Amino acid sequence: MILSIRDLHASVNDKPILKGLSLDVKPGEVHAIMGPNGSGKSTLGHVLSGRPGYEATSGTVRYLDKDLLELDTEERAREGVFLAFQYPVEIPGVSNMEFLKASLDALHEHRGQAPMDAVSFMKKVREICKTVDLDQAFLKRGVNEGFSGGEKKRNEVMQMLLLEPKLAILDETDSGLDIDALQVVAKGVNSLRSPERSFILVTHYQRLLDYIVPDYVHVLAGGKIVKSGDKSLALELEEKGYGWLESEVA
Amino acid sequence: MSQAFMQVQLPQQNPDWLEKINAAGNAVWRNTTWPTRKTEHWKYTALRPLEQGGHLQNTGVLPSLDAQRALREHAQIAGLEAYRLVFVNGCYSAALSQVAGLPQGVDLVTFAEASPAQLAQLQNHLGRVVENDRHMFAAFNSQLLENGVFLRVGKNITLDKPVHVVALTAPQAEAFQAPHRLLVVLEPNAAATVIEQFASDAQPQNGFVHNVTELCLLEGARCEHYRLHLEEQQTLHVGGVHASLQRNAQLQSFHLALGSELKRIDIVINHDGEGADCKLNGVYLPRLNQHVDYHTCVEHRVPRCTTSENFRGIIADSARAVFNGRIHIHPQAQKTLAQLSNKNLLTSDKAEVDTKPELEIYADDVQCSHGATVAQLDATALHYLRTRGVSREEAEAMLSFGFINELVNAIEQPALVEYLRPVLTQWFARDPALVRHLI
Repeated sequence: MILSIRDLHASVNDKPILKGLSLDVKPGEVHAIMGPNGSGKSTLGHVLSGRPGYEATSGTVRYLDKDLLELDTEERAREGVFLAFQYPVEIPGVSNMEFLKASLDALHEHRGQAPMDAVSFMKKVREICKTVDLDQAFLKRGVNEGFSGGEKKRNEVMQMLLLEPKLAILDETDSGLDIDALQVVAKGVNSLRSPERSFILVTHYQRLLDYIVPDYVHVLAGGKIVKSGDKSLALELEEKGYGWLESEVA
Repeated sequence: MSQAFMQVQLPQQNPDWLEKINAAGNAVWRNTTWPTRKTEHWKYTALRPLEQGGHLQNTGVLPSLDAQRALREHAQIAGLEAYRLVFVNGCYSAALSQVAGLPQGVDLVTFAEASPAQLAQLQNHLGRVVENDRHMFAAFNSQLLENGVFLRVGKNITLDKPVHVVALTAPQAEAFQAPHRLLVVLEPNAAATVIEQFASDAQPQNGFVHNVTELCLLEGARCEHYRLHLEEQQTLHVGGVHASLQRNAQLQSFHLALGSELKRIDIVINHDGEGADCKLNGVYLPRLNQHVDYHTCVEHRVPRCTTSENFRGIIADSARAVFNGRIHIHPQAQKTLAQLSNKNLLTSDKAEVDTKPELEIYADDVQCSHGATVAQLDATALHYLRTRGVSREEAEAMLSFGFINELVNAIEQPALVEYLRPVLTQWFARDPALVRHLI
């Protein structure tokens, strides 16, 4: 098991949002989490990343053989957890390049590897830029500074491709994307899919799942998973909406 | 009250022309009241470290030749080809200076070594920009003045290399004062880069350095000016830059101050000719229990001049920063464009900044804006960097550096940027391993 969440309760600013969420993710699996607005989808990603203000109040999260909630945010990242943000942060004055290098070096150091030399690093970063269709000029600019919505999302995927996480959580990476950008995101995820690596895709729309075919689809409502199924569940949700599930749960 | 500090002994061995300047300064000084918290321009900066008057008992002296040579590393900027004049404790060090190869039409001399012709030029301009009666420490400096640097660039000449004027301090047996003076005259359409650097060796200091720099830009002259305050913790400094811009003159002035027990810098820009343009940027970085105070005042006296002023500060630990930015637009200064911004980052609960932008506008056809902000490191940005594996300490250093990076990147001398980056990054994170990605 890569990730095992048991009866997780979490609050944001003392307001309970997650109310007993359980989820198991095995290596190589792709899980899609769908659900209505305010059901706690984004909260799950933030709790798993250790964002301040998002507090797990009870329950457990095991990641590989560790208690994930005990780790600092950067330790989670170094252990291979990656969160692609729904709203990536703009950081003027910190260049993308120095940010990516700092990030990759931290991961390498954690694994006891030497830092990548500057030439190999540049080569790798340029290749990934091509994969996600991001102009190399972005590397010199501030992190996400003045990026369009689509460029920010592609920058998230670029980071994911560079850092090669074991568990990637994509928080509504598809929202606000046109079909070309959506395909770029899907291509990025699909290129990383492997028997050791797992993904959690948080999404509103079935559309993304046309390009990244999930092994499981879960519906999150009222802070817990109320229904799980295979990819056909996503189509059913697209057709019927979430209303029927909420009444079913109640 | 500091009676002790008001009792100034004037220099005894100056030539007549300089004695007159000393006397004029002294006349203003004698009528000055020692500032208190109720004195508007000194409200947030206490002169306590000076009050006992100990620094007045001694004047800086030139250390031995060996001691001067030992200071060489503090007087140089790697990769910077420059005409260099170095002063140690207020005294000219020929051993550390290099002014050979000046082009025709350019004077670069100390006051003491100026030829009669140069002296005539010098006396024409010295003290003409600065207003002693409005700046008590300019009067203070004038009465104690013994030597200084005079740069004159003749009409239509672009000086081929920057002029690097370095004021170093090293401790003496007893506390002392060291006067510094720089006079720059750029004749019509002349251009020059001037780098003023204030630094000290790594020992605990007991010097008080006071300075007046006058920049006189005649019609169409262009000056790129840098003033770096990199002195060690106990160094005391009160100084100022006073500039006059004639028609279509352009001044770019960049200021940097690391903190110390007392640093007060007044910057006065006078737009005296139509179409003059000034870009004024500054960065201040006090930490521990240090104090930095920038008072800027831009006088728009004539029409169609522009000012763009940006100061940013990061205040750490229990340090305190003061920023007072005044832009004064006189009634006849129509079509003025002026912008002033001051942003501050506090990295600790005990850090303090007192910021006050002041716009005084007496003309109606002008475009002006000003703003001041005080904030802490952005928690969301900090989290974002950490989700990519970057440690909290390194993320804090990156974000702090990012905050001032924009202004540092605007420096047009690559050697200076190279020189400053490590100085700045080490300042934020005391562990060099944390800042390796910023260098």
